[in-house]
Amino acid sequence: MTQRKFQKTPVKMVPAPSYGILPERDVGERPVLETRNLGIDFGGLRAVEDFNLVIGKTEIAGLIGPNGAGKTTVFNLLTKVYQPTMGTVLINGRDTAGMNTVQANKLGIARTFQNIRLFGNMSVEDNVRIGLHNQIGYSTVSGILRLPSFWKGERAQHERALDLLSIFDMQDLAGHQAGSLPYGAQRRLEIVRALATNPSLLLLDEPAAGMNPHETEELMENIAKIRDKFKIAILLIEHDMNLVMGICEGICVLNYGRIIAKGTAEEIQNNPVVIEAYLGKQKEG
Amino acid sequence: MIQFLSYLLNGISLGSVYAIIALGYSMVYGIAKMLNFAHGDVIMIGAYMSFCAIQYWSLPPIAAIVLAIVVCTALGILIERMAYKPLRTATSLSVLITAIGVSWLLQNIALLIWGANPKSYQSLVNFGSLTLFDGQLHITSETFITIAANIIIMIALTLFTGKTKMGKAMRAVSEDKGAAELMGINVNATISMTFAIGSGLAAIAGVLLCSSYPVLMPTTGSMPGIKAFTAAVFGGIGSIPGALIGGILLGLIEILGKAYVSTELGDALVFAVLIIVLLVKPTGLLGKKVHEKV
Amino acid sequence: MMKYKKPSRNFVTYAGVILIFLICELALSGMIDGFKMSRSLKGQLVPICVYIVMAVSLNLTVGISGELSLGHAGFMSVGAFTGVLVSQYLLFAFPDVNLETIRLIAALAAGGLFAGIAGVLIGIPVLRLRGDYLAIVTLAFGEIIRNLINCIYFSVEGIALNFGFLDPNLPGKMIINGPMGATGIKKLATFEVGFVLVMITLVVVLNLINSRSGRAIMAIRDNRIAAESVGLNVTKYRMLAFVVSAALAGMAGALYGLNFSQIQAVKFKFDTSILVLVFVVLGGIGNIRGSVIAATVLTVLPEMLRQFGDYRMLIYAIVLILVMLAGNNPFIKNTLDSFKAKVFKKSAKEGDQA
Repeated sequence: MTQRKFQKTPVKMVPAPSYGILPERDVGERPVLETRNLGIDFGGLRAVEDFNLVIGKTEIAGLIGPNGAGKTTVFNLLTKVYQPTMGTVLINGRDTAGMNTVQANKLGIARTFQNIRLFGNMSVEDNVRIGLHNQIGYSTVSGILRLPSFWKGERAQHERALDLLSIFDMQDLAGHQAGSLPYGAQRRLEIVRALATNPSLLLLDEPAAGMNPHETEELMENIAKIRDKFKIAILLIEHDMNLVMGICEGICVLNYGRIIAKGTAEEIQNNPVVIEAYLGKQKEG
Repeated sequence: MIQFLSYLLNGISLGSVYAIIALGYSMVYGIAKMLNFAHGDVIMIGAYMSFCAIQYWSLPPIAAIVLAIVVCTALGILIERMAYKPLRTATSLSVLITAIGVSWLLQNIALLIWGANPKSYQSLVNFGSLTLFDGQLHITSETFITIAANIIIMIALTLFTGKTKMGKAMRAVSEDKGAAELMGINVNATISMTFAIGSGLAAIAGVLLCSSYPVLMPTTGSMPGIKAFTAAVFGGIGSIPGALIGGILLGLIEILGKAYVSTELGDALVFAVLIIVLLVKPTGLLGKKVHEKV
Repeated sequence: MMKYKKPSRNFVTYAGVILIFLICELALSGMIDGFKMSRSLKGQLVPICVYIVMAVSLNLTVGISGELSLGHAGFMSVGAFTGVLVSQYLLFAFPDVNLETIRLIAALAAGGLFAGIAGVLIGIPVLRLRGDYLAIVTLAFGEIIRNLINCIYFSVEGIALNFGFLDPNLPGKMIINGPMGATGIKKLATFEVGFVLVMITLVVVLNLINSRSGRAIMAIRDNRIAAESVGLNVTKYRMLAFVVSAALAGMAGALYGLNFSQIQAVKFKFDTSILVLVFVVLGGIGNIRGSVIAATVLTVLPEMLRQFGDYRMLIYAIVLILVMLAGNNPFIKNTLDSFKAKVFKKSAKEGDQA
């Protein structure tokens, strides 16, 4: 078997109007996500502060940093699982102050979880259908009375679910119990479920965790494919540097809850502050 | 005013009984994470034992109380070993239903032995009563002793869980069973000990309850059991001072509510206050808040 | 392990219920020789239907929605007293109109409606809590409802309905009389109506489960955080399950109330809630067919055990404990599972040949 090597399309990053950088192609468009001085305290402990980030409409961005840097906390802030102590989150230009997770999702932000959170007892297809809940609907009453709108809605959900599963070639698994899938397939199913909510920004929390190099390579292709097909932005947390450097256009490095560097893969790789955060300070002399 | 004082004392006394029962619920919940619905029926067994000791075997009150405590402690350990231990890994609902089964079992055993007719319980702690304010205020010895017993038990248990090795083991098991086991704590023995203490306390509660409210039937334990459980939740389940505060408040609300609002609505008032407390503080007055990690 | 169920599987449940109904009807009509129902069993037919509806509706809350409710009898009592009130009021206020069916339908509808309203009112505070705290609050509400009903007085005078709270001095004929409950009820409940109610309940619950809303309810049960992340309105769907469950319990209550000449609030004590919960757990959490079977068997069982006299409730309790212990015993569980696997394999093979 020949080893495929994923190649990302070169893109020029330019300074964004407010903070950070954007891919050149997204400059004229409204950024999908913008945060301003975002921060949160947990009982006096400041977990994240001064978090400023802009993500372009079709950007694939990476959020990296050592363990405990606050990456997942940022995801929880963006998806309104936590309410920020300070600062703002704008999704597609809309301020999310006071919103909850459900409202944030309806504004166009969907996510996966570091520790997989599937509906394990349900079938693969039903997991995707739950993602489609707000996209293809019919009333509870027509569901109970089995009115025509029920059958129409069910058929539409079924077709759309299989369509979405085919991104990862998973349509044959539709009837399987989600919890019985192998680890990698569960991670892919979580991505499909998130995509089903029709987001404009997809947050992936360690999508390659537990995958072998071959699977990771495939995942990189698929992430790029998803971006191209759905024209959405993707922000991912990942420890696999091959994936991050190989796919992310803008990268943001977090340490102790603060952004210590932002830039392209090349810039981050050669940034002494980043190297220090990961490897510790080099002895002088 | 004096009337009010009398209600107040009655409320604290009833609340003390609730607090003692609530301790049993609270400790068992803290350690085994289960609602031991049979706890109220252990109270009833304790009351019947002391009743028989006095009535049929003519034992002195102290011996009757000791007998009740011994029997209930043994019963508690037996129930735990037979019914709950095999369910350590089962869902909490299975354990709950089993506890309900044990509750029915105890009630029906009592029904077969002692019959359905109420027995009139003779107070074991009756040393006359104190009369104050020219005979306007009677304080019975039952009231005094119940309150005193409650205070002594609370102090003893606080010292026990705080200072002794077994007490610390209990706290460790309630915090994290797996970690406690890895640290060499005998989890099964600790859980048995908790049931033993809780059931022994239930026996005392049974004696005190029936000394003040002398009607003894196979179902005598169930309503005080439920109310005491409510008291434990009210104060924050798993917490000793929480059980004390919850029990006393519940007793006060019940007695004062029945006196000043309506006899029929006394119980409704108790439960209404519980609901309000839980809505404001979802884990009870002294309960700890638990965050779910995302 | 819960398997994904196709909606058509429910056919077995419906068919079973209909079959048993027909057998009972035949036995009642005496068309089969030597197969007669005892008097006490006949008297149990309506209560069996009532408890099936109670168990199935509670399973919607406990099994499908995943909230442990200990106050289901509260909704039953709201339905019972509303149903009796409506039926008796119509009887006294319009004595010339002699339409039992209309009175019965009105009673069931009113029972369901008011229990549903009670479900909304109670659900608002209750569903802010979780786990054991939710359980204790439902218990509390059940007891509060019972206490309140003990304070309620209704009487009818002409076509006027009089209401008193803690005030028994009402003019006219008393319908609901505080702690004494409702007396002199004109019995309207029949086994046939009970059967129809069971079928309605099954259709509502099974169709709800196998629809978009049902999937949302189960998703929230399985993983609330993930459900929120895909935009499911958690409160809405928990409330939906809770209220549908309450309304069905109310209808069961109305049927129950109209099956006796008198009822008191004390009949709907905490013990009744627990009894129904036992049906649900023994039938299998989330297993609707199991609830139907458990409710039937366990309502009949005490009758069957009547020959044991005073020991029957003792035996009942021991059976309950043993079933719980056996069900959670790893050895017995494995044996049962492998047995089931064998049986199903066999029947699947037979199916292939056919």
